[in-house]
Amino acid sequence: MANSKVYPNAMKALEDVKDNMTLLVGGFGLCGIPETSIQALKEIGAKNLTIVSNNCGIDDFGLGILLKNKQIKKMMSSYVGENAEFAKQLLSGELEVELIPQGTLAERLRAGGAGIPAFFTPTGVGTEVADGKEIRQFEGRDYVLEKAIKGDVAIVRAWKGDKFGNLIFRKTARNFNPMIATAGKITVAEVEELVEVGTLDPDQIHTPGVFIQRIFQAKQEKRIEFKTISQ
Amino acid sequence: MLSREQIAQRIALEVKDGYCVNLGIGIPTLVANYIPKNMYVMLQSENGLLGMGPFPKESDIDADLINAGKQTITTTPGASFFSSADSFAMIRGGHIDLTVLGAMQVDQEGNIANWMIPGKMVKGMGGAMDLVAGAKRVVVAMQHMDKSGVSKLMKKCDLPFTGLKCVHRIVSDLGVIDIGDNEFILREFAPGHTAEEVKKATGGNMRIADDVKEMKVN
Repeated sequence: MANSKVYPNAMKALEDVKDNMTLLVGGFGLCGIPETSIQALKEIGAKNLTIVSNNCGIDDFGLGILLKNKQIKKMMSSYVGENAEFAKQLLSGELEVELIPQGTLAERLRAGGAGIPAFFTPTGVGTEVADGKEIRQFEGRDYVLEKAIKGDVAIVRAWKGDKFGNLIFRKTARNFNPMIATAGKITVAEVEELVEVGTLDPDQIHTPGVFIQRIFQAKQEKRIEFKTISQ
Repeated sequence: MLSREQIAQRIALEVKDGYCVNLGIGIPTLVANYIPKNMYVMLQSENGLLGMGPFPKESDIDADLINAGKQTITTTPGASFFSSADSFAMIRGGHIDLTVLGAMQVDQEGNIANWMIPGKMVKGMGGAMDLVAGAKRVVVAMQHMDKSGVSKLMKKCDLPFTGLKCVHRIVSDLGVIDIGDNEFILREFAPGHTAEEVKKATGGNMRIADDVKEMKVN
């Protein structure tokens, strides 16, 4: 039964990705990104994608490779600074971007997966981010209405996963992955180590398998964006 | 005028024992170097870590362990990892005692602009809007004037806002300035300057506190 979620590789797990879809992609910078899935999306070649992810990779790794391949129509992110191609496509009008405060992005995804259509947050009140959105006062303070985000396909990277889809993330590679896992019509988990059901301690599960429809194991390069060391 | 290190050194005095603190990129990052070792302070990194330690030794580098500036780091005893939603529950929910961030402009109402310049490539606000909206105390590290001598402490910001009425204190290269009732209040001035000079270098209304003093820095 549990085996029905297991896929042999990224290409198979993502074969339903089509043009014009909205994809939610986990990770922060290059940390915790589903790197094999992103490579597969390039092979699959679906275009006009709306991608919701905190960042857009770098020019030759992570989501940057889909950008370079002109597959992205719109990015919804909090910070997109590490990518020369991004600026180029934005200025030429090929690419649309919606910049979202990081906490609002996390909460919009959480809400999307949790059946909450919208919520009020103090973040961004009085700034461009709140333009055209409803403002309401609670206990004397202004809050802006932000809407949930859901995706056609959500893609996450975890450290360990079992065949039911229970996931454990590692260190700061967790980041946006748990919320994104909940907010896709189909959620695909790329794991470093796929184990049998019953192997993982139920007390240590970060994302319960109910949120995951497809899972596969893949080796990760784990490229480091800024290697900093102490002397 | 204070160096970047001296600004960071002065801001470290804002950190109290037991605080959970979020430090932004640039001068704020340097603040960590001046927090007394005998204090128990937890540094928060908004990508999902409370208890951030120094950069690792070459042999301890871990690609799964980075800070919000995407640099490799370590953890300190008592550290915890969590999701971005939990991270911003901490920030927005008022559980972070202090945030230190940089700014392009701050005005006398305590409004801050630090995320975009119209006409230039806009990279995004990251977590800055959440931090200024939610941290218990917001301290800004900044240069008092731009390169052409125009004050960045203004009557009203003319760059797009990051947050409204949220800044509590500014530590600039010229002094320590609090936000009062629609005015800047000069608390401390940098060595080699006078309070009057700092007031003159400030664009908005500035009141010199009765007990204004010279800043102590090494």
